[in-house]
Amino acid sequence: MNFFTHFGRYLLMIKGMMSRPENTKLYWKEFMHQCSEIGVGSLGIVSIISIFMGAVSTVQTAYQLVSPLIPLTTIAQIVRDTVILEFAPTLVCIVLAGVVGSKIASELGNMRVSEQIDALEIMGINTKTYLIMPKIAAAILMIPLLVILAMVLGIYGGRLAGTAAGILSTDTFDKGLMDNFKAYNVFFSLMKAYTFAFIISSIPAYYGYYVKGGSLEIGRSSTSSVVVSCVMILLADYVLAALLL
Amino acid sequence: MIEFKDIKKSFGPKLVLDGVSHVMETGKANLIIGSSGSGKTVLQKCLVGLLEPDEGSISYDGMNFIDMTQEHRKELRQQIGMLFQGSALFDSMTVEDNVKFPLDMFTKGNNSTKLKRVNEVLARVNLEGVNKKYPSEISGGMKKRVGIARAIVLTPKYLFCDEPNSGLDPQTSMLIDKLIYEITREFNMTTIINTHDMNSVMEIGDNILYMKDGRKEWTGNSKDIIFSKNIALNEFIFASEFLQDAKNMRMLEAEGKIDPNDIAHQ
Repeated sequence: MNFFTHFGRYLLMIKGMMSRPENTKLYWKEFMHQCSEIGVGSLGIVSIISIFMGAVSTVQTAYQLVSPLIPLTTIAQIVRDTVILEFAPTLVCIVLAGVVGSKIASELGNMRVSEQIDALEIMGINTKTYLIMPKIAAAILMIPLLVILAMVLGIYGGRLAGTAAGILSTDTFDKGLMDNFKAYNVFFSLMKAYTFAFIISSIPAYYGYYVKGGSLEIGRSSTSSVVVSCVMILLADYVLAALLL
Repeated sequence: MIEFKDIKKSFGPKLVLDGVSHVMETGKANLIIGSSGSGKTVLQKCLVGLLEPDEGSISYDGMNFIDMTQEHRKELRQQIGMLFQGSALFDSMTVEDNVKFPLDMFTKGNNSTKLKRVNEVLARVNLEGVNKKYPSEISGGMKKRVGIARAIVLTPKYLFCDEPNSGLDPQTSMLIDKLIYEITREFNMTTIINTHDMNSVMEIGDNILYMKDGRKEWTGNSKDIIFSKNIALNEFIFASEFLQDAKNMRMLEAEGKIDPNDIAHQ
C-alpha cells in the first residue's frame, strides 16, 4: 500500500470514530481507564527522564558558557527555555510514542487478530468510536499534563544538578529562572503537546486497528507505529516552530 | 429466516464466492460445510456484514440487509449473536463481565437484574462457578460455552457459529453441538453454523449447504447426505475408509438389508 492509501484510510478512521456513543456510561468508563493507563502509567518514566534531562542540560550549558562576561543566571534561563520549548514536549513525547504508542498498537492489534473487534462489530458497536476515541481523548487530556509535569521536574532537576555540582547557587538559579520569562513559551509548548498527543494516540491506533495476520504482524505494526509517530512528531515540531515562533 | 441470492465476492483477481444462493431456515441448524478455502467463512462474514459482497442480495426476515443504513444495521445486529472460532472473549474481562457486556451496552436495567440474567445464561450453557475467572484461566470448551452465553444473552433471533468445534475433543464437540441445537429449538432462532466436523453434520444438520470452490455444490439434510450421489460431497464427507463403511452400513440399514440391533449385539 502506498502513502496515499494509508493516509486516506487514516482519515476515514478518524471520521468513522466521530459518532454518537451507544452507551455514554461505558464510554466514560473506558475513557477513565485510558486516562489511568496513559497518564498514571507513564508518570514514572516521564519523571525520571525529566529530572535527568534538566540536570544534564544545566551541566552541559555551564560547560559551554566559559566567558566570565556572561552571568551565571544565563544558565538557568537557557535550561528553562530549552526544557519548556523543546525537551519537555518533544523529548517526552518521543519517549511516550514508544511507551504509549506501542501499547495502543499491540492492544488493538491483538483484539483484531483474536476477532474481538469483529465480536464488538457484530454486537452493533461502532468499534472505532468505542476503542479509538477514548484513547485519543485520554491522550489529549493526559499528555499535556505530563508535559507540564516534565517542565517542572526538568527545571527542578537542573536546579538540583547546578547546586550539587557547585555550578551555581539555588538563589542564582531562581533569579535566572525569573529573568525574561515569556508565558507564550508555555503556551507554545502546550500547543506542541496537544499536537503530539494526537499523533501518539491516533497513528498507533491506526496501525493496530488495521493489522492483518498474527503475532508477528502485531509486532511489526507496533514497531512501524512508533517509527512513524516519531517521524511525525519531529515533522510537526518543525512546522509548529516555523508557524508559531 | 435469512435468504441470500447470487452472492459474489472477490479479493483482487481471486473470485471467492461465485453466485451463492440459499435460504437459512428459522428454528433449524443451518450448516455451511466445505473444505478449507471453499468460501464458507467469507460467506458467513458477508451475511453478518463484516465483509461487503460485490454482488447479490441478503435479507433478514424480508429486510434487505445490503441496502440498510448503518443505523438500521446497528439495530439489526443487536438481534444477532455470534460464536467465533477462537471464542473472541475479551481478555481483560472476567467471564461474568464478558457475558454482561452486551447487557451493559444495550440495556438499561440495574446491575442485579443484569447479573441475574448472566447467571441464567451461564447456567443454560452448563457453566457455573466460573463467573470471576478470566478467559485465560478456563479450558477451550468452557471458552466456547462462554462465547455461546455471550451470544445469546440478548436472546437474538439469529445465531452465527464459526467452526464451533475447532480445537475441541470429540466429546466436548458433541456437547457444544447439542447445546447449540437445543438453544436453536428453544429460542426458535435462525442458526448458521460453519463447520467441517462430520459429527456435527450428521448429528445436527437440518439444512446443509455444501460449498466447493466458492459455489453451492449441494443442499439437503443429514439424512439426504447418506444417499447423495454427488461425487464431490461424498469425497468430502466420507473421506476415510471408516466413514465410507459407516455410510454403507447406514444405507444397508435404511434399505432393510441389515438390522441395527443385530450389529449392536455383535
